Amino acid sequence: MKCNGAEIVIKLLEEQDIQKLAGIPGGCNLPLYNALSKSRKIQHILARHEQGAGFIAQGMARTTGKAAVCFATSGPGVTNLLTAIADAKLDSIPIVAITGQIPSFLLGTDAFQEVDTFGLAIPITKHNFYVSSAKDLFHIIPEAFRVAEEGRPGPVIVDIPKDVQLEELEIDNWPAHVTKSDSNLLKNNSIDINDIKKIAQMINESKKPLLYIGGGILHSNSSNYLREFAKKSNIPVASTLMGLGCFPSDDKLSLGMLGMHGAPYTNLILRETDLLIAFGVRFDDRATGNISEFCPKASIIHVDIDPAELDKNKLTKFSVAADIQIVLKELIPLIKEDGREEWSKEVATIKKSNPLPVTDYYNFYQPINLIRQIGSLLTPDTIITTDVGQHQMWVAQAYPFQHPRTLLTSGGLGTMGFGLPVAIGAALANPSKKVVCISGDGSILMNIQELATLADHNLNITVIVINNGGLGMVRQLQELFFDENYIATKFECKPDFTSIAKSFGLKGYDLKDDKNPSNTLKRILSESGPCVINIPVDSKEMVMPIVPPGAGNHEMIGSE
Amino acid sequence: MTKTEHVIMELTVNNHPGVMYNITGLFARRAFNLEGILCGRAENTNTSKMYLLIKNDNRIDQTIKQLEKLYDVLSVSICSDCDVRVFDNISKLIKLK
Repeated sequence: MKCNGAEIVIKLLEEQDIQKLAGIPGGCNLPLYNALSKSRKIQHILARHEQGAGFIAQGMARTTGKAAVCFATSGPGVTNLLTAIADAKLDSIPIVAITGQIPSFLLGTDAFQEVDTFGLAIPITKHNFYVSSAKDLFHIIPEAFRVAEEGRPGPVIVDIPKDVQLEELEIDNWPAHVTKSDSNLLKNNSIDINDIKKIAQMINESKKPLLYIGGGILHSNSSNYLREFAKKSNIPVASTLMGLGCFPSDDKLSLGMLGMHGAPYTNLILRETDLLIAFGVRFDDRATGNISEFCPKASIIHVDIDPAELDKNKLTKFSVAADIQIVLKELIPLIKEDGREEWSKEVATIKKSNPLPVTDYYNFYQPINLIRQIGSLLTPDTIITTDVGQHQMWVAQAYPFQHPRTLLTSGGLGTMGFGLPVAIGAALANPSKKVVCISGDGSILMNIQELATLADHNLNITVIVINNGGLGMVRQLQELFFDENYIATKFECKPDFTSIAKSFGLKGYDLKDDKNPSNTLKRILSESGPCVINIPVDSKEMVMPIVPPGAGNHEMIGSE
Repeated sequence: MTKTEHVIMELTVNNHPGVMYNITGLFARRAFNLEGILCGRAENTNTSKMYLLIKNDNRIDQTIKQLEKLYDVLSVSICSDCDVRVFDNISKLIKLK
């Protein structure tokens, strides 16, 4: 049978069990789209901007843990995609981006829509492939998925020139579907039992152990083991932004999020621990504050699947490069059951006397209070996406997360515009679940065109715009650290998001001046189908507490 | 240029265009130190050998780990029997020109 490169790609994607992929067609990926039109297994999701397509893929990948796919054409298609790719790199999200490239015989001539995809991709991908002949696709496409998903996940770009997409091959026998190589899995998963014994011993001898957990728990699907482990030995759990949901927020061992906007008690308890058990984290500056002041009394155990994270930012007492799930499974039987009465009492005391700043419980429009109300109206399996800024931190501080993969947020790169397209991807991959995108009036405008994609597919997504009329997080930084010298943080034009929603054919609501906003919100959230809700908040509201740049986590402002 | 001040890192890499870009890019974006590069194709293989002259500082472990993560890097080691002076000869060559 005769097949061209593009048809081979589509068939290989079908073999990877790809059912939905997002993208935008253009001059140099037309053969791919032509082949895609003949696929009965893959549904195409037309985004309205390539960044949207990249984030839709992220929404699918973040909720399923499997690599998702997006398409873009050469030149601006690629450059538009890059932010979503870089975002996936920083948060270790497996995506495979397939980009069209100008025909190989024009390469390097500054041809129309030519850009150096390979060069641009290097620093922001786990790896990227340039395909120089159609026969190489049989190796490269499965390899791209393997690289994206294996070990520490990450984004991969496969750049295919148009002439390679059109190159015809005579194929007598379609190569057998290569299953993911077990040898590499074994390599990553083999651990030395003596290392586990050593970790268990350190934990059993510790008086004040504390778990510091992050995205690694999520990626290794080990939150159930984490719970069992923490419960068995009564070890309190502090989470990074990426780890929220891996441990139930209402458990008495939960300390919520640590770091720059962590609760005062979380950061203060971290100062008292004598053994920091760091599982699936990377000692990011937003989590640790001034690293030399981080957990000053503690020995550190660090387990992460990426060896390069060990001893990168902070020297540890003992570290192992391994899959957390396997470590936890081996570790649980070796740690002793322990009530840790004294430590539990100390933790409880610090918790009680250093809560998150008190909020006006009766004010619906007070942000922390608002997030709590939203949380109380939604079921625990609701998927929450956020954008980036104050609303994101309010969600991290106050939303009652119970399950892993229910918070999708841009942790490492901090990309405004993330929330809406990621919500679309999440809804596409989880048709039975409700998805709520909590955004701000600054962030939502950065990918608002994806309301069209949302309308196309009539997905069960509620977009909540927490509207303070400007760039609140930046305003807050100007207030605190630049002598209240406000510049470029207040919007002159304040678009009516209700009308915008309606103009895309979606329902729009505004809780401004609502006599009973709680009831209205309850009614709206109980409905299904896409809608946008505008909720005004005071522009002077701040995320508190905050650790100033360069300070230790205990030196937070606004903790009273 | 004394031996204690510098080490030579020996890399085996896939021989395809872009590998050098990948490696020098890593050094640039992570602010690792890189003083000299020697590179050549290994005979009868699809691989190349790369020798990197690096200051012997406390970031060497991290440099090795990050290099090992690169797809096209097949092995990394500190070369104990490499003669640092080969790089001296290169600097002579550069001065001559």
